[in-house]
Amino acid sequence: MPSTDLLKEAERVMTICNACRYCEGFCAVYPAMELRRTFSEQDLKYLANLCHNCRGCYYACQYAPPHEFAVNVSKTFAELRLEIYSNFTWPGFLAGMFRRNGLLVSMITTLSVAVVVLLAFVLQGPAVVFSTHLGENAFYKVIPYWFIVIPFSALAIYVFINLLIGSINFWYETGGQLSELIDLRANSQAIKDVLQLKYLDGGGHGCNYPDDRFSMVRRWLHHCVFYGFLLCFASTTIAAIYDHFLHRGAPYPFWSWPVMLGTVGGLALLVGTGGLLYLKWQMDTVPATARAFGMDVGFLALLFFASLTGLLLLILRETPAMGTLLAVHLGVVAGLFITMPYGKFVHAVYCYAALVRNAVEQSRGGS
Amino acid sequence: MSNPEQIKTDVLVVGGGNAALCAAMTAREAGAKVLLLESAPKDFRGGNSRHTRNIRYLHHRGNDCLTGPYLEDEFWEDLLQVTGGQTHAQLARLTIRESADIGQWMNAHGCHFQPPLRGTLHLARTNAHFLGGGKALMNAYYATAGKLGVEIMYEADVRDLEIRDGKFEAAIFEFEGASQKVRAKSVVVASGGFQANLTWLKECWGEAADNFIIRGSPYDRGRPLRVLLDHGAKPVGDPRQCHAVAIDARAPKFDGGIVTRLDCVSFGIVVNKNARRFYDEGEDFWPKRYAIWGRLVAHQPDQIAFSILDSKSIDLFMPSVFPPVEADTIGELATKLELDPTALEAVVTEFNKSIRPGTFDPSILDDCATKALEPPKSHWARPLDTPPFYGYPLRPGITFTYLGITVNAKAQVIMQDGQAAPNIHAAGEIMAGNILGQGYMAGFGLTIGTVFGRIAGKEAARFAIDGFA
Ligand SMILES: Cc1cc2nc3c(=O)[nH]c(=O)nc-3n(C[C@H](O)[C@H](O)[C@H](O)COP(=O)(O)OP(=O)(O)OC[C@H]3O[C@@H](n4cnc5c(N)ncnc54)[C@H](O)[C@@H]3O)c2cc1C
Ligand code: SF4
Ligand code: SF4
Repeated sequence: MPSTDLLKEAERVMTICNACRYCEGFCAVYPAMELRRTFSEQDLKYLANLCHNCRGCYYACQYAPPHEFAVNVSKTFAELRLEIYSNFTWPGFLAGMFRRNGLLVSMITTLSVAVVVLLAFVLQGPAVVFSTHLGENAFYKVIPYWFIVIPFSALAIYVFINLLIGSINFWYETGGQLSELIDLRANSQAIKDVLQLKYLDGGGHGCNYPDDRFSMVRRWLHHCVFYGFLLCFASTTIAAIYDHFLHRGAPYPFWSWPVMLGTVGGLALLVGTGGLLYLKWQMDTVPATARAFGMDVGFLALLFFASLTGLLLLILRETPAMGTLLAVHLGVVAGLFITMPYGKFVHAVYCYAALVRNAVEQSRGGS
Repeated sequence: MSNPEQIKTDVLVVGGGNAALCAAMTAREAGAKVLLLESAPKDFRGGNSRHTRNIRYLHHRGNDCLTGPYLEDEFWEDLLQVTGGQTHAQLARLTIRESADIGQWMNAHGCHFQPPLRGTLHLARTNAHFLGGGKALMNAYYATAGKLGVEIMYEADVRDLEIRDGKFEAAIFEFEGASQKVRAKSVVVASGGFQANLTWLKECWGEAADNFIIRGSPYDRGRPLRVLLDHGAKPVGDPRQCHAVAIDARAPKFDGGIVTRLDCVSFGIVVNKNARRFYDEGEDFWPKRYAIWGRLVAHQPDQIAFSILDSKSIDLFMPSVFPPVEADTIGELATKLELDPTALEAVVTEFNKSIRPGTFDPSILDDCATKALEPPKSHWARPLDTPPFYGYPLRPGITFTYLGITVNAKAQVIMQDGQAAPNIHAAGEIMAGNILGQGYMAGFGLTIGTVFGRIAGKEAARFAIDGFA
């Protein structure tokens, strides 16, 4: 359970907002708030995850600190989300991952890079790693096929199940029914909201990053990350199909689907994560929580390095650097997968669940 | 700005709310050098304007954010009704006409509007709601003014104006603990009312003013208004009146804004500290009676009253910021509210007995009324009989004061001798009394400020550049 202090603060703030409602045009949180008169723990957890942290309501608030009411919805919800992520962690003993998340994520990633590189050297020897390999199956000469397929398939399945458990837990903990979670209309509405990043538009004019001016930059950068991630995912999936069913081993020529999708996706990720990191660097920190900084930066940096090493691998795959780069890239990607359920990535899952819930609720017109 | 004598500008704007910014932007766009002095620190800039929600303006057709047309005749009728005719017809007509499509001008100066949503539907045709409310509007205006090159100083409190032969020459202001002077070719005074000046309120209301709550900015203390009056400007509006509504007594002394409002009065009974009823709680729909209850409570002993409800009604009004006091019996509720339990029980019993059967319907003036009760409750009277019982303490919450400065259609200040001061202009709350002699109409304060702010800015710039009005 999130700390009672934090829940109390969220309840206090929502009670003020519900008497004011000036922010109802910014996002989905306020119309959802208006369906309620009081705020239970379940309501607050839901509302916190419905918040997209656009900060419009902070700069617009006549009660923002230093006003004695000290209303800071974006910060309060960011803190609550962090606790919720940690509470819904599975298995439970890993909840501590969300404390000092940035540090832990970077340590795990460093470790996984070290392990992969070391294994490559130990199993294949430096001579193999440092020589040039060309043509089909060149990658497998450095890291054998099964050493890639088995660990990554296992990781993918683990992550999938883990996040599924997290989202179902979240759904029940916020008072939902299973029938609603699989409601087709609600899900298609939520998917639409996600694909457009509807609520990063701050009511039509964008988020307030890095300061009180409205700008669509954050939304575009997030689009880059989101679609870049999807493209890379598609690239990997197609590569796996080529490999398993068409028996064409990696690497592939530049004008092949896996490489083209991966290149475009990788570039988008690079731009998106780089830009978001820059915004974080520049931003006014009053409407944010310092506690989430490490988590946010850790995840962005990880994605940045995953795409950077991937692109470098593409450029230098016909040189002796390929072996090392492949090992590093795989190490970073492994780190990304391992920490996925224990870092910022989970926001995608909870935010989606909250959007489904919002679609259910708004189509009912009240709860 | 170390050498005070060095500060010189074309147009000086005193104040930092809606009217001030409209004037400053307009004057700057007309080519004048503009300095704006705001007494509040940056975090609290924008006066009462930062608490606003919507603006009323003339429009010939609806749009994304307004559900239908609002034309001059209807606007004028609405104004006549709320003011009971206490309005300067020429200036009022000017305000209405010049408000035509203000929305576009506001958009061009950085304001974003939003379509009407749940909280705001009843004003959706006549009033446009800006996204995020008044503070967002002020942020946008300050950003635009800055971009245009208006010079802005915060925590700059104007103390005096140097006026010779009806002509403005310089202003004295406090900044960083020192007295400074700025010379300007013309001035726009847009410093709001004097509602935050407790001493001044006391001159009008006596000790009772100690128990008033000021809904808006603590920085609207009316110093520039006083100075103008002392220099012989002609006053307008009842010097003793203020717009007061009944708000939650637990609100902070200043700056509580919209959230302290209570919309529960018509659903129960209201008693004073002696547990006596004193006015018909169901006289008319709440929005129409909203503004008389402040004065009613102000006339009760210790300026306090209590709205008493039962569980049948507790969900019928907008939620408010403080939770109601709750109890299982009327006696217990009285104790918690520090009222005499026997007296309150007697009042409730008498009220319950006097109710004629009817069909309760909060959306119409229904037939649930009392019989042979003094004062009566004309509508929505239902027995207080279903625990838990609830109580909200009420106090007068002051929105603004009516006393202001007489102006002409060029927003020039009129002096006692009837002459217009060529280079002294006033805009906003400080001259609203010309148009709103009494009463209030939602969203009209900003209309007056925007229309007269723009006129004042234009005229002040013209004087500064051309050298004559
Ligand atoms: C809670 C609340 C809600 C409201 N909602 C609405 C609404 O939705 N729509 C609407 O039209 N109206 C609304 N009003 C009324 C509206 O606020 C006023 O009509 C309007 O803001 C007046 O604008 P103004 O620029 O004249 O004054 P203000 O906005 O009050 O600005 C006065 C400025 O002058 C500055 N100042 C004062 N003295 C000095 C000095 N000596 N030196 C330098 N600066 C000084 C102040 O700091 C302030 O910045 C509301 C009022 C309140 C209290
Ligand atoms: S954030 Fe502030 S302005 Fe917005 S609804 Fe809440 S209290 Fe009102
Ligand atoms: S930060 Fe943005 S998304 Fe979150 S509640 Fe405020 S307005 Fe809504």
